[in-house]
Amino acid sequence: MALLHISSPHAHKAGHAGNLMRQVIIAALPGLAALCYYFGWGPLINVLLASVLALLFEAAVIKLRRRPIGFYLGDYSAILTALLLALALPPYIPWWTTTIGIFFAIVIAKQLYGGLGQNPFNPAMIAYALLLISFPVEMTRWSAPFTLIDGTSGAALPSFGDALAIIFGQAQLPDAVTMATPLEVFKHKGAVTTEELWSQSALLNGLEPWQGISLAYLAGGIYLLIRKVYTWHIPGAMLFSLFMISGFFYGSDPSNYAPPLFHLTLGATMLGAFFIATDPVTAATSNKGKLIYGASIGILVYLIRNWGNYPDAIAFAILLMNLTAPFLDYYTRPRTYGHKQAQRGIGRK
Amino acid sequence: MDPILIAVLVLLAVSLIFGALLGFASIKFKVEGNPIVEQIDSLLPQTQCGQCSYPGCRPYAEAIANGEAINKCPPGGESTIAALADLLDVEALPLDAEHGEEQIKSVAYIREDECIGCTKCIQACPVDAILGAAKQMHTVITSECTGCDLCVEPCPVDCIDMIPIETSLVTWTWAQPQPGVQLIATDRGRNLAIETQRHQHQLEDDRNNKGDAA
Amino acid sequence: MSRIWSFHGGIHPPENKRQSLQRPLERAPLPAQLILPLQQHIGAPATPLVEVGDKVLKGQAIAEPTGHVSVYLHAPTSGTVSAIDCYPVPHPSGMDGLCIVIEPDGQEQWIEHQGVDDFRSLEKAELATLIRHAGISGMGGAGFPTEIKLHLSDDHIVNTLIINGVECEPYITADDTLMRERAEDIIGGIEIAAHLIKPTHCLIGIEDNKPEAAMALTRAARNSELDIEVVVVPTKYPSGGEKQLIKLLTGVEVPFGRLPADIGIVVQNVSTMAAIYRAVHHGEPLISRITTLTGDALANPGNVEVLIGTPISELLAYAGADSQRLNRLVMGGPMMGYTLNDPQIPVIKTSNCIIAATAEEFPEAAPAQDCIRCGHCEQVCPVGLLPQQLHWFAKGKEFDKALSHNLMDCIECGACSYVCLSNIPLVQYYRFAKGEIRREQFDQRNAEQARIRFEARQQRLEREKQEKADKRKARAETASRAQTARKALTPADSQPATVDPQAQLKLLKTAAAVARTKLKKADKALVQAQTDGVDDLAELQAAIDGAKAKAEQSQQALEQAEQQNPAPPPTLAELKIAAATARTKVNKTEKALADAETKGVPSADKLRSSLEGLRAKADAAQLALEQAEANTAPPAAAEEMDIKQLKTAASIARTKLKKAQKTLQAAQEAGEDSASLQQQVDQLSQQSDTAQQAFAAAEAAQPKSTGPDLKALKSAAAIARTKIKKTEKALADAQQKGLASATALAAGLEKLKTKAQHAEQALADAKQLANTETVD
Repeated sequence: MALLHISSPHAHKAGHAGNLMRQVIIAALPGLAALCYYFGWGPLINVLLASVLALLFEAAVIKLRRRPIGFYLGDYSAILTALLLALALPPYIPWWTTTIGIFFAIVIAKQLYGGLGQNPFNPAMIAYALLLISFPVEMTRWSAPFTLIDGTSGAALPSFGDALAIIFGQAQLPDAVTMATPLEVFKHKGAVTTEELWSQSALLNGLEPWQGISLAYLAGGIYLLIRKVYTWHIPGAMLFSLFMISGFFYGSDPSNYAPPLFHLTLGATMLGAFFIATDPVTAATSNKGKLIYGASIGILVYLIRNWGNYPDAIAFAILLMNLTAPFLDYYTRPRTYGHKQAQRGIGRK
Repeated sequence: MDPILIAVLVLLAVSLIFGALLGFASIKFKVEGNPIVEQIDSLLPQTQCGQCSYPGCRPYAEAIANGEAINKCPPGGESTIAALADLLDVEALPLDAEHGEEQIKSVAYIREDECIGCTKCIQACPVDAILGAAKQMHTVITSECTGCDLCVEPCPVDCIDMIPIETSLVTWTWAQPQPGVQLIATDRGRNLAIETQRHQHQLEDDRNNKGDAA
Repeated sequence: MSRIWSFHGGIHPPENKRQSLQRPLERAPLPAQLILPLQQHIGAPATPLVEVGDKVLKGQAIAEPTGHVSVYLHAPTSGTVSAIDCYPVPHPSGMDGLCIVIEPDGQEQWIEHQGVDDFRSLEKAELATLIRHAGISGMGGAGFPTEIKLHLSDDHIVNTLIINGVECEPYITADDTLMRERAEDIIGGIEIAAHLIKPTHCLIGIEDNKPEAAMALTRAARNSELDIEVVVVPTKYPSGGEKQLIKLLTGVEVPFGRLPADIGIVVQNVSTMAAIYRAVHHGEPLISRITTLTGDALANPGNVEVLIGTPISELLAYAGADSQRLNRLVMGGPMMGYTLNDPQIPVIKTSNCIIAATAEEFPEAAPAQDCIRCGHCEQVCPVGLLPQQLHWFAKGKEFDKALSHNLMDCIECGACSYVCLSNIPLVQYYRFAKGEIRREQFDQRNAEQARIRFEARQQRLEREKQEKADKRKARAETASRAQTARKALTPADSQPATVDPQAQLKLLKTAAAVARTKLKKADKALVQAQTDGVDDLAELQAAIDGAKAKAEQSQQALEQAEQQNPAPPPTLAELKIAAATARTKVNKTEKALADAETKGVPSADKLRSSLEGLRAKADAAQLALEQAEANTAPPAAAEEMDIKQLKTAASIARTKLKKAQKTLQAAQEAGEDSASLQQQVDQLSQQSDTAQQAFAAAEAAQPKSTGPDLKALKSAAAIARTKIKKTEKALADAQQKGLASATALAAGLEKLKTKAQHAEQALADAKQLANTETVD
């Protein structure tokens, strides 16, 4: 009779870090489907390419670190990173951009810091920011959703073969199918008032594709909240603060600022709120900290969108708040039972 | 007003304000004496064994405060070095083997039937933990013994043993869990991996033995 | 109905309580052996009151408290004490502890006992003593002596007595069963406790998954004069933790570092209440308890009333354990219980559950992954800690940070480990860190103590030195005063008429030595100069000649003086010192020579020659010493010689012999030439023998004035015994290793045994003698 001798507890909730990652991946699939529905095969090819690359890079680094490859690949974290980056990239971005991004995300931003759980910054967002700064042309060449393509001229979304040719070959996305994103349009409106812009732009009157995608992400996020993968604090605070600040400015000057719904449903707001800002590794931990973290992201997003250099700001806002997460954790510690006040900071007693 | 005069007056005012601030700070945050030696001394294990080549812990603490290396205290071992490095904000060096190696904590024990009552150990004990008188049997007050083993050498009849302190039910504590993934052997270096393997074999043997006994 | 508050966190693990509730409460059969650990409680282990071989009756106290925080222990049945020794005890370490073992005689014969009819007529202190003598300690978890918790000083005003019937851990149903079956006992116990601490209200906390128990208690409480309220709390782990229950029922938190009693609350377990009732109303001490036997490896799980000390193997057999499937044996619940590595471990006063789990039931934890900071642990922590931060600190051994994150508030409930996605053994990390912190604090205290003692000693030495110096000064002063006085008496004779010849000789010796040293130095300088090729060789040569002449002169003067003043014959002690010094010098030179030879230094020759000289000197000194010894009339000295001195000499000789033997052995093992060593050993053994003989002779010569010394005899007997033990051990060792020395050892053992017998005999005789003397 061989009896084990180990520390309590002896019962464990059946769980695995991989389960959590897998659920997040599943929850992001509706968003991917919506993207593909509106933009063609590009996003799917990107996701597949990114996932394969991520697994390869991760395996290579783990091999170099002489650790069991199967054990670490089984946590799905590499695939999740790849998925999130691919979802944020333009649909028909050349393969080498994706490769550079994934390499940077997996090797530099994650494994060099010590692997899963050790990285201070969200790897997908680091890669996104790197690509955006280094390859602005590729990173801003969005295709138009099929709803906005003028079918009379014979232009259409690339077929699967064409998509492969664009991503992996020399082929270019036809000009007729490229289009600015709504946020870009709004950013570069110049002196035109909001009402005028709305009356001029066909794009701004056909926002349905982007809103559809956002809804898909929202659905995935609600699924994750129901499954208790994370708490409501970060996405709730982020969306609420974004709504409040955009509402404030819109209310004070509707001719110059976009309405709150515009900010909530366009760009990567929903993707960021439910899939990226909630990355537990790089976010604040305590509930109070999460609220501050989420709310600050919302405010930063608005500030950068309106007064920064880039039309969208999810990546930068999240990276900036990643920086503050340890600080937030130190100063938002929960009150311990039997102590009058929560302790702050790390000072010695 | 003359701009030069204004500049002079502003500078004067600023210097007065800062002077007052500094003066206030020097009174409010006054540091008494030289507490660094006290702080160092409080980190040393106080065995007073002299293995650092200083006559006691306090002299060594003073020497450290004057720039002596922090790795000369075998009884304190790595944890003391780490604490000192933390306090003094210097690099934690490995223990200087010249002064001895970190050993299991032990207490002196006098085999009383062999003791001839020479009092030499009493004179050697830095913390007065040995009780006895001339031509009377001596004994060690275990709770006061620091395990410095300074009494072993002077004994003419070699009747003092250093007995390692065994863990009892009261002093037992949980060990640190094995690092992360058990399957990563390389993570812990070759030697450790081999040791773990040996340990496992031993566990198996124990189990088998137990099984036989049952 | 009182209001119920809530506490942060908590989990809802599968309850698994149904299995053990299928059968009614049964009584476990009388085991073949009862093992009673002396420490079943918090505090100092109890001190045995019985000896091996004693007959004990059921309920007889067999161990008494050691100090205030300690507990009585009683024989659970009548029988014989068969051993008092170390056995495996229920402890997470799996180590052994001191136990009293009782072989039951099957009679179940009670010691005379009697309950108290009206406990309200008793003084508080009397009632508390009664509870103390019944050996009752908290039966829910930690096992704190109950009487201390109930007998508070008068400045403690208790307003709430909380009775803990929550039993929030999965699997355990012992309290549930007790509440269903013996609700009256519990209420009776509460009345006694309430009488002792006079609370303003009594609350019984029960989880809502035990409706039958709550009903039974409510029914029983109706008959009580007290206003006892049964409060049903929602099922959540760990509601049964003392602090959590206080928060749940009163909304108050126990401040950090304080006891519940400090805020007017006392918490007691339901089983403890029932035990108090039995003790006060029936006079029965705590000798049995209800324990849950459960787990998938048992065919018949259920609750049994077992005698304290029953080995778990007997209970497993009783419940039909399948030893093939049994994988993990847990005492306590699955969340906080600890594994037992030996089924012989007995049930103790705090053992509320034994889980015989299969591998499927409690699968071995998957390898720990990296923490992904998911924060689930923080959501469930009932104390409001940041478990993942604590984990990092414990892992990195940053204990001061862990402390500032309130690690010491952790109740080790295991909720964080339970939900951890990465399977990190968080609780073990905290336990490790807590242990290290406690050890560090202990070391710190010890170091502080050592520092104080060291400084006190330094001061004492300083003072002694000062005193000595003062005395010397005083002596010198009186001497000088006397001298001046003498001077005043004989002013004419102020010149010292005769110089002390010895002192002069000394001076001359020093002078000669100085001259020699100078000469040597000059020589050296010359050699240096020659090799360097310096011009002023002639000058140096002249200087050397001068020095030589001076040296010769002083030498001559010295010799003359020596001839004139023949030194008084040196005393034995002086000779001894001289001989020893000579020997040491020889040794040192030998070492230096060896060193030089290995290094191939040219000075080896010189060293060799000087070694010769030194050896000759040492021999001469030895010879002189021996002669002197022979001359100093040994018979007279021998009589004077103290026996103790002889003893010392003998023991020193023995030690030397031992050392020499060791080196010899080492040399033999190393395969070195050991002939000379052998010789030495022989010599030493001879010496040792002579010393021993001398000692024996002296002792024999010593008139035995007051008969044999009892103490000496005792220690002699003890020493003999120890020696036998040691030899036996060595023998066993040797036999195991198949060494040739085993036979020799065996022979030695025989001898030792006879010796020991003699010693024992002598001791017994002496004892008898002493007894008769005292009788006379």
